[in-house]
Amino acid sequence: MRMPKTYLALTGAVVLASGIAFAQQNAAQQPADVRIEPVRGHIYLIAGAGGNIVASIGPDGVLLVDSGLSQNADKVLAALNKLNVEIANRGGLPTTTVIPPKPIRYIINTHLHADHTGGNEKISKSGKTITGGNVTGEFGDAAEGATIVSQQAVLDRMGQAKPALPFAALPSDTYHDDKKLSHYFNGEAVLLSHMPAAHTDGDSLVYFRGSDVIATGDIFVTTTYPFIDLANGGTVQGELAALNHIMDMAVAEFRTEGGTLIVPGHGRIADIADVAYYRDMVTIVRDRIQDMIKRDMTLEQVKASKPTADWDPRYGSPDRFVEGVYRSLSNKK
Amino acid sequence: MKTTGFLLLLALGAPAFAQMDFAGDWAPVQDEDNTGNPYVGEFLGIPMSPASHLRGEAWSGSYMTLPEWQCRPHGAMYISRGPSQVRIWKEVDPVTRQLTAYHAEWLRSIDNPYYMDGRPHPSDLAIHTWGGFSTAEFVGEMLKITTTHLKEDYYRRNGAPSSDRATLTQYWIRRGDYLTWVTIAYDPVYLTEPMIRSSEYRLALNQQIPPYPCDAVEEVVRAKGVVPHELPGKNAFMGEFGKKYNLPLEITRGGPETMYPEVARKIEAERNKK
Repeated sequence: MRMPKTYLALTGAVVLASGIAFAQQNAAQQPADVRIEPVRGHIYLIAGAGGNIVASIGPDGVLLVDSGLSQNADKVLAALNKLNVEIANRGGLPTTTVIPPKPIRYIINTHLHADHTGGNEKISKSGKTITGGNVTGEFGDAAEGATIVSQQAVLDRMGQAKPALPFAALPSDTYHDDKKLSHYFNGEAVLLSHMPAAHTDGDSLVYFRGSDVIATGDIFVTTTYPFIDLANGGTVQGELAALNHIMDMAVAEFRTEGGTLIVPGHGRIADIADVAYYRDMVTIVRDRIQDMIKRDMTLEQVKASKPTADWDPRYGSPDRFVEGVYRSLSNKK
Repeated sequence: MKTTGFLLLLALGAPAFAQMDFAGDWAPVQDEDNTGNPYVGEFLGIPMSPASHLRGEAWSGSYMTLPEWQCRPHGAMYISRGPSQVRIWKEVDPVTRQLTAYHAEWLRSIDNPYYMDGRPHPSDLAIHTWGGFSTAEFVGEMLKITTTHLKEDYYRRNGAPSSDRATLTQYWIRRGDYLTWVTIAYDPVYLTEPMIRSSEYRLALNQQIPPYPCDAVEEVVRAKGVVPHELPGKNAFMGEFGKKYNLPLEITRGGPETMYPEVARKIEAERNKK
């Protein structure tokens, strides 16, 4: 599918302006300084393009978890290409021989927000889906572009966005409860788990089973309080269930640190202890607000009592979080 | 020319001659407040921020029974202040015989390497650990250690929190069989000013630090997801320490003023008024 250049240029603005385009943090709107941080083995963190992007790079090609903001897609592709070539050529070959990098095969969207899906269109178009046999025979363009995978609710909501998102920006392969890629990718299983009604109603955890790395999307971030996106189906109880699920999946290497590495939707690489601290904070704030609701306190009164004051110097403004917790517990919209 | 060469040789060799050796097994000399069992609400001497006070008041001892916290080690913000013995050993490059790192490990901790080979600290995207990432250098006969990338931790094992944005500067000062371990904690979240503490260790030639295996168990049967804590203003144990030692509550709550000698005079003056 080809689109006029002017239409493509407008894509970023459209995604940002749409009702679903709510970034986790304002910093995501700043000009990108895209950086790559090794996570473990062939798994990398690409930071600075909006939400964190996790990349699996190897002989099967590239699998990305999320795609950043649309305006940063070129920078992501440039950084990825440079890293991809570097990895492909780690083998002591003569310097005159440059092995071309393998294409991007998959983009997995952890949820619908534009700081995690904005690069879908441009980045997927630069890739190629693995296909063949009858499929290729019947559809000439079947291999064009990387496959975009998400939980069904992500497609449902992105498909209803007004103004409409470009067709090529939408997930092309969806699931409901759980999904696993039907084959190893870069030597390991990749498993997706739906975390219902958490940050949104379409959150996925992506687990690289061999590398023992979990990409959490915005269920877990190290930079701010969680954003309970009520308008898109999020709840604090679902958020806590998802954080506890991450802890169930993760195993420490020794003394509650290391082992399973956890890449948040925003911020630094973490482990089970970091998630436990975050879970503790969300639970304690939830309990405090629940107690205040029992005492018939209004949202304004709850905010004025500063139920998050212990963590505000660490996580910043609590208003959106407090409101999300209050409304998801009290059912007052 | 010969003199210049000799001076140059001396200058290059000087660090090697000046280097103090810290390797060995050391036992803590517990003559200060470095007890392993503080009271709930015993925050005297810690320059706690208002946010830190609130965390401390919300803390419940039952918190440590959660399976995910049972096997946690003491982190760098507390361990050198605790009651445990420590082993310090040297990592030496087998070819150059240069000191690559010192390592320290207490009874209930993890290996803490202090790198001396000039490697840079990791990026801000890297994982944080209980021991953090440390580099070290000699300053005269002292060893200066700079630690970043620390996990959230505690300054005292009763809920006085340290944040994952805190950093630590440490100094080792050896005088014969005694080692003074100075820690300076900087924490923009939970301290109002740097906190300087020193602890004493004595060389222990016959010491053996046993292994400390840990297997998390279900210590308390509770519903999944429950996190023990006290609601604001509801912690009934906050006044225990002050009552036992006849100290005003506002003093036991810590804060920067409680680090300095004037606080003792203030307490004495209050008592004399009664």
